[in-house]
Amino acid sequence: MAMITADPKDVPQVEHFAFTPEYMAKVEEQIAHYPPGRQASAVIAVLDLAQRQHGWLPRAAMNEVARILDMAPIRVYEVATFYTMFQLRPKGKYLLQVCTTTPCWLRGSDAVMKACQHAADGETFSVQEVECLGGCVNAPVVQINDDFYEDLDEASMNKVLDAFRRGETPKPGPQVDRQTSAPEGGLTTLKGE
Amino acid sequence: MLSDKDRIFTNLYGVHDWRLAGARARGAWDNTKAILDKGVDWIIDEMKKSGLRGRGGAGFPTGMKWSFMPKEVKDRPHYLVVNADESEPGTCKDRDIMRHDPHLLIEGCLVAGFAMRANAGYIYVRGEFYNEAQHLIAAIKEAYDAGLLGKNACGSGWDFDLYVHRGAGAYICGEETALLESLEGKKGMPRLKPPFPAGAGLYGCPTTVNNVESIAVAPTILRRGAAWFAGIGRPNNTGTKLFCISGHVNRPCNVEEEMGIPLRELIDRHCGGVRGGWDNLLAVIPGGASVPLLPKSICDNQLMDFDSLRDQRSGLGTAAVIVMDKSTDVVKAIARLSYFYKHESCGQCTPCREGTGWMWRVMERMVTGNARIEEIDALEDVTKQVEGHTICALGDAAAWPIQGLIRHFRPEMERRIRARTEKLAAE
Amino acid sequence: MPKVKIDGVELEVPAGLTVLQACELAGVEIPRFCYHDRLSIAGNCRMCLVEVKPGPPKPQASCALPVADKQEIFTQTPTVQKARKGVMEFLLINHPLDCPICDQGGECDLQDQAMAYGFDRSRYHENKRAVPDKELGPLVKTSMNRCIHCTRCIRFATEVAGVEQLGATGRGESMEVTTYVEQALATELSGNLVDLCPVGALTSKPYAFEARSWELTKTESVDVLDALGSNIRIDTRGAQVMRILPRLNDDVNEEWISDKTRHALDGLRHQRLDRPYVRTKGKLVEATWDEAFAAIAARLNGLEGSKIAAIAGDQCDAESMVALKDLMASLGSPNIDCRQDGARLDGPRGSYIFNAGVRGIDQAEAILLIGTNPRTESPVLNARIRKRYVHGNVAIASIGPAEDLTYPVERLGAGPATLRELVDGRLGFFEKLKGAKHPLIVVGMGALAREDGAAVLAMARELAEKLNAVREDWNGFAVLHTAAARVGGLDLGLVPGQDGRDVAGILEGCQKKEIEAVYLLAADEIDTTKLGKAFVIYQGHHGDAGAHRADVILPGAAYTEKPGIYVNTEGRVQIGRRAGYPPGDAREDWAILRALSERLGKTLPYDTLHQVRSRLVAVNKVFAAIDQQAPAAWGTFGTPGAISDAPFKSAVPNFYMTCPISRASKTMADCMASRAHLMAAE
Repeated sequence: MAMITADPKDVPQVEHFAFTPEYMAKVEEQIAHYPPGRQASAVIAVLDLAQRQHGWLPRAAMNEVARILDMAPIRVYEVATFYTMFQLRPKGKYLLQVCTTTPCWLRGSDAVMKACQHAADGETFSVQEVECLGGCVNAPVVQINDDFYEDLDEASMNKVLDAFRRGETPKPGPQVDRQTSAPEGGLTTLKGE
Repeated sequence: MLSDKDRIFTNLYGVHDWRLAGARARGAWDNTKAILDKGVDWIIDEMKKSGLRGRGGAGFPTGMKWSFMPKEVKDRPHYLVVNADESEPGTCKDRDIMRHDPHLLIEGCLVAGFAMRANAGYIYVRGEFYNEAQHLIAAIKEAYDAGLLGKNACGSGWDFDLYVHRGAGAYICGEETALLESLEGKKGMPRLKPPFPAGAGLYGCPTTVNNVESIAVAPTILRRGAAWFAGIGRPNNTGTKLFCISGHVNRPCNVEEEMGIPLRELIDRHCGGVRGGWDNLLAVIPGGASVPLLPKSICDNQLMDFDSLRDQRSGLGTAAVIVMDKSTDVVKAIARLSYFYKHESCGQCTPCREGTGWMWRVMERMVTGNARIEEIDALEDVTKQVEGHTICALGDAAAWPIQGLIRHFRPEMERRIRARTEKLAAE
Repeated sequence: MPKVKIDGVELEVPAGLTVLQACELAGVEIPRFCYHDRLSIAGNCRMCLVEVKPGPPKPQASCALPVADKQEIFTQTPTVQKARKGVMEFLLINHPLDCPICDQGGECDLQDQAMAYGFDRSRYHENKRAVPDKELGPLVKTSMNRCIHCTRCIRFATEVAGVEQLGATGRGESMEVTTYVEQALATELSGNLVDLCPVGALTSKPYAFEARSWELTKTESVDVLDALGSNIRIDTRGAQVMRILPRLNDDVNEEWISDKTRHALDGLRHQRLDRPYVRTKGKLVEATWDEAFAAIAARLNGLEGSKIAAIAGDQCDAESMVALKDLMASLGSPNIDCRQDGARLDGPRGSYIFNAGVRGIDQAEAILLIGTNPRTESPVLNARIRKRYVHGNVAIASIGPAEDLTYPVERLGAGPATLRELVDGRLGFFEKLKGAKHPLIVVGMGALAREDGAAVLAMARELAEKLNAVREDWNGFAVLHTAAARVGGLDLGLVPGQDGRDVAGILEGCQKKEIEAVYLLAADEIDTTKLGKAFVIYQGHHGDAGAHRADVILPGAAYTEKPGIYVNTEGRVQIGRRAGYPPGDAREDWAILRALSERLGKTLPYDTLHQVRSRLVAVNKVFAAIDQQAPAAWGTFGTPGAISDAPFKSAVPNFYMTCPISRASKTMADCMASRAHLMAAE
């Protein structure tokens, strides 16, 4: 995927960002996880909260995070551009993060990617190629917002996308008949209680 | 084959309740106080005797790692940090521990934290594992509520706080010092070593970073005894291990097996064999993307442990077995890994920042044969210019898969180059 | 002391060194890009790899590895050579081959090391990376394709300049050095980024495509744009000053200079006085030296000494000041002053210099700033205070303007009343000063150049005494000047003689017609509207305030155009050298005064520079000890008395324009505009 390394010019201007009281409570809870004076440790968590509240991370949000954590803004920009989960531009309601790293590729991620690219309209769906999501025995995997959809092929991917289009939330996890990471078709271990 | 009674991760597949009640029913948190009462020295000694080697990839003896922490807490607090930034392509075992048996990990954190005189621990979970982190957070809350964590944890007299810290998408944060940088709120750029984390880690304090699986197996080892664990597997390669088998097998899965299990047995018994049968096997990456692949001829009799795989100039790594059958474009499979390393290089040091991109671009040309034969040698030379010259091991990890490909599949690479040259000549 | 073996040669080195430093001691060259003596260790370029035993079976970054006893270091093995070659190749694959149009060409670390350690051709057949250039303000030009990601610039900005605005966004080969917000850095030290950049990624914007390093003549000299006396190298082509660079002097400026020191040089080309002028019928008319001297002689001959006055400017060399003093004495005038700003300083030497020395800052555990903004008055000295702060365990407080000094400062109050409270031990910071082994009291012109300056000075002295800050082994009384000429002027006694007038008295005298002739030696910082109807002789190099008011203009030389001695705020006597000749008919200043004295029939007793300098030593023997900073006499000084409520103000509200040269500089004007834009954006 393409990394966004400079302040994107083609994003909507956002003059002001502030956390809602609900989000601010979560921000404070995160900061409390770290020793006094080490509040910068919460930067990823607080950026994540800002992104959850706003949908993506405008520079105003990064500046607010810097202010809350008493960090130089550039240090926050560095973090926000280093980690791939931070979205520096607006995105669709559902972010389709398609893993195409070798284990997923070996099991057909190209077709899954095609289905996702076909669906991507920038409003309902945005698509991103991502590196290994860590669900390799359930490949191919697509992360949609916070959930992993696994054991996909083109058909099941389209089924999942259709369900989202209808406003449903399809069940995450394997899209074949399978218990999580266990072998399909029945356990080979841990059969008894 | 390992019998179920010797399996540590008895809820690996999430068939049962992952919460505290379920975990207790499976034996977790069973008189943890008694373990702690035996003292730091006993715990470390027992861990050493068990022969447990780190499950994060490098295979460093866990007990010895714990023993590197200062013997006394001076002006700086000690920290336990758990590496749950599971991102090595092919690997998805820690995910199952966190979502299906989080209490094994949490109990392990208390025991390990106690053994290294740490009153606080952080579990660094890769950002994409949002739901797994939620399970872990919920389980930690249960443990606090039950008095298993926090002040006087388990009635042991030891205070121990545990926090989940989520990442945000960066493979490099699996490198322990990059992880510490990230935990401190910076970019995940590996630190220069020395100093090592046991001397100056998180916030400059003595710190030990362990993989999820290494920590999660500790309570069971201490409960059942080092001898039990050491009795499984082979000398210097003891115990049970979570294997992740992905790619061209009939039924990919995670499974806990004995160290040293033959590769073929692992695939045949648990994964329904290689797609199209064993003879349809082309190659296997035996330990996650970073280790060199092995052609079928080696796989036929390969044992799955640290030393056996090292002997074949590969490695057990994270025990993530990526299987490729004969339909695989093996050059492309490795080129995709080269892209992965280019994408995940932090950019800090020259050989990795520049070398990973170079290697990937050449590999892409190798896929189509758009190269000269000598460029295979040049490519190998470039991998050697990266290997061993970087701040962290990502450079090595980017180099090894290509070296493995050239070692075992050079004829295929040359064939493509010749085929393209001939085709162009014919046109 | 650990004993190490470097390439087979045994050597004892101080503990705590890195392997790279040990190799340097042994005279073994280790190539490097990211390592820099004055910055934190990054270890990222990997050029300095060496083999070390005992150690892992791979080469180690020598810049980051501490030496250990019995260590064996190998710098010339095939492994090391291969590693260097490899790193070199990696650095070059994405580096453009644009050396012929790169301003770094000829003084480029990458070029030099590629010659020494690189391949002679590339094996890289892919496209090179394209990186957008960045906006870093009016002084630093970027060409980011050339960046090798050594992060020296980021570390300098963060650590030395104290402006955490530069970083590296993105990662891997997409990593980019940037401010992200495309703004100039809010620092007075940005020119140093260009020096630090080992390649041509950051080059000087004003100097872009002006010259090649090998066609320049290099002259070692001393800066006069503030009172620190930074050691500089003036690069000229023909008569033109092309650029100014820092010289290494750990006692003074380390290897930094301020943006004004470096970039005001275009001011040397503009508004220059290149011939004498004489005011005729109200208008300044070009004249010959002879005509100008005749006009002066006509006015001065027969004039009573008490009706003549002289003021020396802030950038005068000692030679011209002693000539001025001697001339005034021979004319019988006691009305002479070198304190344009009216600073109440005329006591023993210890009362007007930065006794602790710049190096003393490194030792101080508690620092009090009185009426000074060191960031604008001397950015490099300010960076030294910041360095002390970064080192840790120091308390810094100020009485005076509340400004961002790039390090945290406890602001005790605004004016003299606060100082009184502190001296009386009524403020908590007193205990911190008292508890410090090396307390440092920095007194600025903002505290002294005011009505109650003498009373403030007396309080500062009282504080120093109370703290026992002036002892055999330490003198923590430190005056921070803003004028390069000031300490020299005071050393030479350019203060009113018996019944003489100071600057205020002279101006008052002009208005009352008690002063009829005033000699301004490059003095432009006085209120020239108060010169009344006096006959004004202006000797200097720029058509600034003084020249505009003058009746006769004598064109002098700027600091780059004459040999001259300057005494910096520490009392360190330093020699500036001539890098080029003054324009047109302009002449060296002491020589003008010497020529004029002859015309006035009061011939000064020196004909050569050597003789003038002997005269300096005769007046004050400190001038014999070049480059030294000697302990200075202490005593009673200042005048206890009434203090005003007015807050202390910094003597330098606008860093970029403080003298005729910087006021004539378009670059400085650009910097001002850029800074104003930054402030507005905040």
